[in-house]
Amino acid sequence: MFMLATALAIVRLRNLFASAMLTGIYSLLAASLFVVMDAVDVAFTEAAVGAGISMVLFLGTLALVKGKDRASRPKDVLPLIVAIATGAVLLYGTLDMPSYGDPNAPIHHHVADLYLDEGGSETGVPNIVTVVLASYRGYDTLGETTVVFTAAIAVMLLLGRARRRPRKNGKKIDAIDPEAPV
Amino acid sequence: MEFWTEIGLPAFALPGLLNYWVAIILMMIGFYTVMAHENLIKKVIGLNIFQAAVFVLYISMAKVDGGTAPILGDDIEVYSNPLPHVLILTAIVVGIATTALGLALIVRIRDAYGTIEEEEIRAAEQEAGT
Repeated sequence: MFMLATALAIVRLRNLFASAMLTGIYSLLAASLFVVMDAVDVAFTEAAVGAGISMVLFLGTLALVKGKDRASRPKDVLPLIVAIATGAVLLYGTLDMPSYGDPNAPIHHHVADLYLDEGGSETGVPNIVTVVLASYRGYDTLGETTVVFTAAIAVMLLLGRARRRPRKNGKKIDAIDPEAPV
Repeated sequence: MEFWTEIGLPAFALPGLLNYWVAIILMMIGFYTVMAHENLIKKVIGLNIFQAAVFVLYISMAKVDGGTAPILGDDIEVYSNPLPHVLILTAIVVGIATTALGLALIVRIRDAYGTIEEEEIRAAEQEAGT
């Protein structure tokens, strides 16, 4: 509920700095919600990454960009209609889902039981989330690391040397200048 | 539900799908922000809202009534489903990677065009094209 209020406030606010701050609060609320729903590992990560690192990134960008959301009010109603229509379809989709906390839901009776029963003895780690993440689905985690690595390289390329070159003010220039020394 | 009776309110059942509905409404708020706002940073914030809403949806599915966190203990019988937790852990990290990349692109766009409003960028682009 608090998350709803925060999200709405973020959308309405013009001040980008306040929006970024509220994004942090939103992530923190999400993290506490995860604790309530027994997902402690996810809550840790969300609090550290969502509320921490992404806040730092947003504030860093704001310091570089110094913007204000100037558009007074979104003009056309098309986005609103699309959003409401998509939401309605998704809500209709939830009607077929098992209710919250139902122990008989199909999701709990496929491989989850296997992981819970055998995971501890097979790997010797009591935390099943860690077991699945690092052992059974180790390749996924490797792929995830690759994604983060690629993103880090891309950010470094975008914000690295090239950015410090002097450029014509306000005019568009090509991102890659062929004459620039490599 | 025990929570309501503990604090003295009459027991009433929250609809079983409420969590999913909240997640979907949050998702649509994020979606709307991405579509309707001109400001690029606001768009990335909308993307973040959307992401977190998807996380909430998945973690809601993982919850089992009376279960605890999936960390093995001696006298615990019921655990929440660990699989969605694993998926969402991965998703959070990938999400921060995309956010970082998006924000870096915004910084470069601002360098090139002097603005981060979509409309103004389009105008500058047209000016350069003619």
